[in-house]
Amino acid sequence: MKLYELTIYEAHGLLKRKEISSQELTGSVLDRIAAIDEKIGAFITVAGESAIREAKLADKAIAKGDIQTLTGIPVAVKDLICTKGIRTTCASKILENFIPPYDATVISRLKQAGAVIVGKLNMDEFAMGSSTENSGVRLTHNPWDLTRIPGGSSGGSAAAVAADMCLGALGSDTGGSIRQPASHCGVVGLKPTYGRVSRFGLVAFASSLDQIGPLAKDVTDCAILAGAVSGYDPSDSTSVPRDVPDYSSFLTEGMEGVKIGIPKEYDSAQGLDPEVSSAVMNARKVMEKLGGKCVEVSLPNTAYAVPVYYVIAPSEASSNLARFDGVKYGFRDKDRKNLMDMYRSTRSKGFGPEVKRRIIIGTYCLSAGYYDAYYKKASQVRTLIMEDFSKAFEICDLILSPVAPTPAFKIGEKSDDPLTMYLSDIFTLSANLAGIPGMSVPCGFSSGGLPIGLQLMGKHFSEETLFKAAYNFEQATDFHKRKPGI
Amino acid sequence: MKITRDDIIHTANLARLEMDEDSIRKFAVQIDDILRYVETLNNVNTEGVQPTSHAIFLTNAFRNDVEKQDLGRDVLLENAPEKENGNFMVPKVVG
Repeated sequence: MKLYELTIYEAHGLLKRKEISSQELTGSVLDRIAAIDEKIGAFITVAGESAIREAKLADKAIAKGDIQTLTGIPVAVKDLICTKGIRTTCASKILENFIPPYDATVISRLKQAGAVIVGKLNMDEFAMGSSTENSGVRLTHNPWDLTRIPGGSSGGSAAAVAADMCLGALGSDTGGSIRQPASHCGVVGLKPTYGRVSRFGLVAFASSLDQIGPLAKDVTDCAILAGAVSGYDPSDSTSVPRDVPDYSSFLTEGMEGVKIGIPKEYDSAQGLDPEVSSAVMNARKVMEKLGGKCVEVSLPNTAYAVPVYYVIAPSEASSNLARFDGVKYGFRDKDRKNLMDMYRSTRSKGFGPEVKRRIIIGTYCLSAGYYDAYYKKASQVRTLIMEDFSKAFEICDLILSPVAPTPAFKIGEKSDDPLTMYLSDIFTLSANLAGIPGMSVPCGFSSGGLPIGLQLMGKHFSEETLFKAAYNFEQATDFHKRKPGI
Repeated sequence: MKITRDDIIHTANLARLEMDEDSIRKFAVQIDDILRYVETLNNVNTEGVQPTSHAIFLTNAFRNDVEKQDLGRDVLLENAPEKENGNFMVPKVVG
């Protein structure tokens, strides 16, 4: 077995027994990136030198017997999470030269845990998109079929994990941006409860929806990474002061008596592919065999999640992205001699088309005379969507659904039609609107050999229930063991 | 049309964006489509429903009023496109 193929848990065992060193492991991952990333396009920046330096430090610590689960483990990070001294671009021209002077809290936590950061991963510009085609830097190809998208916006994170170019990764999820690419690339991804993971140092897209989370090769690794980055942070005023359970300790608990909600509205969702539907149906049967009990639940406002999201997210984005003005950091059009012209020109040349589209939608929805009709209305329907979940969770512990209505589509297939692209987010958006945790776990393959993901959603701060169910499911199936032939 | 060409130009100006004629035309059609779709929300009765802006119940987050070390002016200016004497430089504002 090649070292880059290891899971975090396996690599940790070998490091601990001193059968391998972090320098060997990190070297193997860096070689893998050099060998195949030209074909995949997952990385924006490879931080080879600093990674090797961090690996050496990890080896020194291990030699002294100082080892935690992530010590010496090579991971990679979506390029909208600030890394001190490593370029952080948000896949946008407007930040192409931005070098953060500080680490995001999740990065400090990874470093304290001994992890080695090998680089920064591609994404849709400012995390706006579902295919990574909106990256201002490069295209990312799905490792299972290079003519297809990896999903988005954390497409680089999912592709890098699937193609063994890191042992695990961080992404961010505003409307499905961790779960949907995880589903399309056949890896495990978690969007934690809102407030579980600090957003300090995450470049904001929609502040009331954004959450950082892990993408990993299996559920065990996902639990390890989630545990490492979760927890209260005084630097993020929306971070929740609440203890983080040891997620790994829940994995081996059984499924007996766990009540699984099946939303009746999801079957009739527009454009649901029969292969996805049948993979999810099989997953349900597996869960029942494991002792789970399925109950029908109703989420009557499901159809409104898309319109609510596409008012709230662009509105918050239009406000958050006002900070990119060519003054404090990033790109500036230096040819303009008047301040207002400089703002306009800098922003127009710096942002790509999808970002501009969303800024305009958001600005319009918040502008005088339209606020009540759009933003307020959407925020009220958001309340109803949250109430749907509260009612459903009175009779179930978790909700099972597809992640995406179809397997990964072809590059270019939907890029000219933003509304069709938005509609593919139907199953994932609600979790962000309601602030609940959601997870994607591999649950099958299409006849064309493309991965299909199963979504598990839980009550606020019930990540351990998701991990338990996902681990039981994973142990009963072998979808996570298949690798793309790259 | 829900949204006109003039709406796009006006909104772009509020958002400090410039657009060529092509993008204005394209955006007018696409954003019109999206806003029409958003208007399906009018089918929902929201009378008396409180709006939600934050999904997790939290009251104000306060910190103790103690001095903290910040990054310092020089570090914060490192990424500035133009700077002079410890200040951000911008094009002339007043004529």
